[in-house]
Amino acid sequence: MSNFLRAVIDGVLTGSVYALMAAGLTLIFGVMEVINIAQGILVVLGAYLSYVLSVHLGIDLFAGLIITIPVMFVLGVGIQWGLMRRLGEREKVSMSILVTYAVAIILEGVLDLIFGPGYLQLTAWYVNQSIHVFGFYLPYIYVFGFILAVGLLGSLYFILYRTEFGRSLRASQQNKTAARLIGIDVNRVAAITFGIGVAVTAAGGMVFGATTAFNSNSSADLISRLLTIVILGGMGSIGGAMGASVLMLVIEAIVSTYWSPTWATLVFYMVLVLVLVVRPAGLFGQKAVRAQ
Amino acid sequence: MIKLRRKAAPNFGRRKLGAALGAAVAAGGFLAACGSSSASSTSGSTTTSKPIVIGISLPLSGDFSADGLAFKQGYEIWADYVNSHGGLLGRQVQLKIISDNSDPAQAQTDYQQLITVDHADLVFGPFSTLLTIPAAKVANRYGYAMIEGAGGGPSAFALGLNNLFDVSAPVANALVPAAKWLASLPVGQRPKTAAYPTSNDPFTEPQVLIAKKIMEAAGIKTVYFNVFGSEVTDFTPIASAVAASNADVVILGSVDVPTVSAFIQDFAQQHYNPKALVATGGPDQGSQFIAAVGAANANGVMVPNTWYPGASAPGSNAMVSTYIKKFGGTVSNVSADVAEAYSVGQVAAQAVTHVGSLNQKAIIQYLHSGVTLTSVQGPVKFDNLGENTAAAIYGFQWVNGTFKQVLPLSDPNSSGLLYPKPNWGA
Repeated sequence: MSNFLRAVIDGVLTGSVYALMAAGLTLIFGVMEVINIAQGILVVLGAYLSYVLSVHLGIDLFAGLIITIPVMFVLGVGIQWGLMRRLGEREKVSMSILVTYAVAIILEGVLDLIFGPGYLQLTAWYVNQSIHVFGFYLPYIYVFGFILAVGLLGSLYFILYRTEFGRSLRASQQNKTAARLIGIDVNRVAAITFGIGVAVTAAGGMVFGATTAFNSNSSADLISRLLTIVILGGMGSIGGAMGASVLMLVIEAIVSTYWSPTWATLVFYMVLVLVLVVRPAGLFGQKAVRAQ
Repeated sequence: MIKLRRKAAPNFGRRKLGAALGAAVAAGGFLAACGSSSASSTSGSTTTSKPIVIGISLPLSGDFSADGLAFKQGYEIWADYVNSHGGLLGRQVQLKIISDNSDPAQAQTDYQQLITVDHADLVFGPFSTLLTIPAAKVANRYGYAMIEGAGGGPSAFALGLNNLFDVSAPVANALVPAAKWLASLPVGQRPKTAAYPTSNDPFTEPQVLIAKKIMEAAGIKTVYFNVFGSEVTDFTPIASAVAASNADVVILGSVDVPTVSAFIQDFAQQHYNPKALVATGGPDQGSQFIAAVGAANANGVMVPNTWYPGASAPGSNAMVSTYIKKFGGTVSNVSADVAEAYSVGQVAAQAVTHVGSLNQKAIIQYLHSGVTLTSVQGPVKFDNLGENTAAAIYGFQWVNGTFKQVLPLSDPNSSGLLYPKPNWGA
């Protein structure tokens, strides 16, 4: 029983980290129908930014988010304004994959040039420490990451579905012409949305960098998992990203504990297939999301 | 209030999804091809004769990128040394290095290109058994000798190729010194239980299985054994399960720094302090390993290898000096990968010099002749499979920030072994 609980706790805590990394991806797709293949390298970029602030300026990892989140926001706005805005509506989805893939390759090359291929890991007092609760050691970094994920994703949800900006944002997506007719600056909304999506990734990158040794090539393994989470959760659903991340990591942890780590990934993908057969739009598909 | 109803216009249907994913795959293939076509070379040509072109594919991106760069550096300082000493057969050496993105299929394509398009005079091996297998097959098809330094997994030699030569020690026995040492400890100190988590890589799994067999024969009970896929990125459940087993020692089948780092971090978080942690790969990566886990957590961690910066083999110190002069840093920046690559060049040079030509058949025959060659890793003598039977394997340990040879205990260069390992962070 304790092994089962430990696996569930591991899954929930690590799942929240993946939710932080996947939230930007699902937000950008859900609102703009842009598949951001660069999400993995943006996570890694977030980790590098936190590293620079931590090592060279002595700024705490969480405090550093006050700087890295705005920086990533500006980067996101720049990508949208400079590249994505120019894509035609007809082939927007397929072309967005190509453009963001190019962004990923460029960012990876730049990071490799600046930092080299050596592995780094973020350090702070809470990275290797844990708190003892009911017989379980809960790592501080995951507990803090979980709180950060709930806070940030909750804020995102609030912005999207409970504010005037969120309504403008979704209206722009539903019908750009109509949105323009009622005075919404569609290009501005798109740029801000992309910026928010990339900004959230700064937080995911920081926790990723504190829990995993990384280099500029670490995004390769990440992007497939993040896409899987977003598809399972329902592309565009913030809550779905959280739910799918936790579900995925809990399944993997339980299978890994009771069966074998070799089968953990396979079982997860089997669950993914089953869910998509029953609910092709994912656990919280677009229809459900946009009806909120 | 704006009515939020989705209209059909920008609908993202299944057909579009298919087209989009197709485009992504096409883009990936195209960009990977572009990436792989970038080449770097080292010449330093001072003669008018045509340089000897040596074709090499390395994982300069992807999972093995850190090792790939170290290998590239090792090959480059060897080429610099040779060129500054008159070259090979009186000709300068020119490296043609292309990247395989840690992908076996790309490694195969690269060697095909190096041999048939670039007409390389010699080919040197990539990094890892995973990439060496397809590379050696291509080289064998064209009758080229494949001399390599990090492809010594049993599955490579099981191919039965007569052109494959691994200048490093056979991988399968790498953990034997550590396993025998643990098995030979006095009953009061000998671990009672052991855990064996290992990646399903051809480099790691054979080593771990042999160590497990030795330790079980000594009565050390296995309380955890599991193989995890190389695609795993989250090691928390595996490491937590190992911690829950409370094994006295952990033998970790790892190929890189992130894997070892993840296990150590989780062990520290779970307040689990095994008496010994022996990893197959990762702790040998010098400053990269320290940067990831921290010096305090590295203390006492062990790894098998054939070379370290203080190694006494002829030419080793000169190689380290050359490395620092060319790339900067300190002695701890020089990883065993550099020495493995450098050794490949040394062995190839001795063979070419002895044969007096670039005739591949003659080079292969010479390397199979039972001759003993020299390298910065020590003596090299190939058996009929191409394994280096003269290589000795040692156990190394991080001791208070220094990477030290500690096993076998009978070796005069071994000293100062820490057992039990200090607690994490101590």
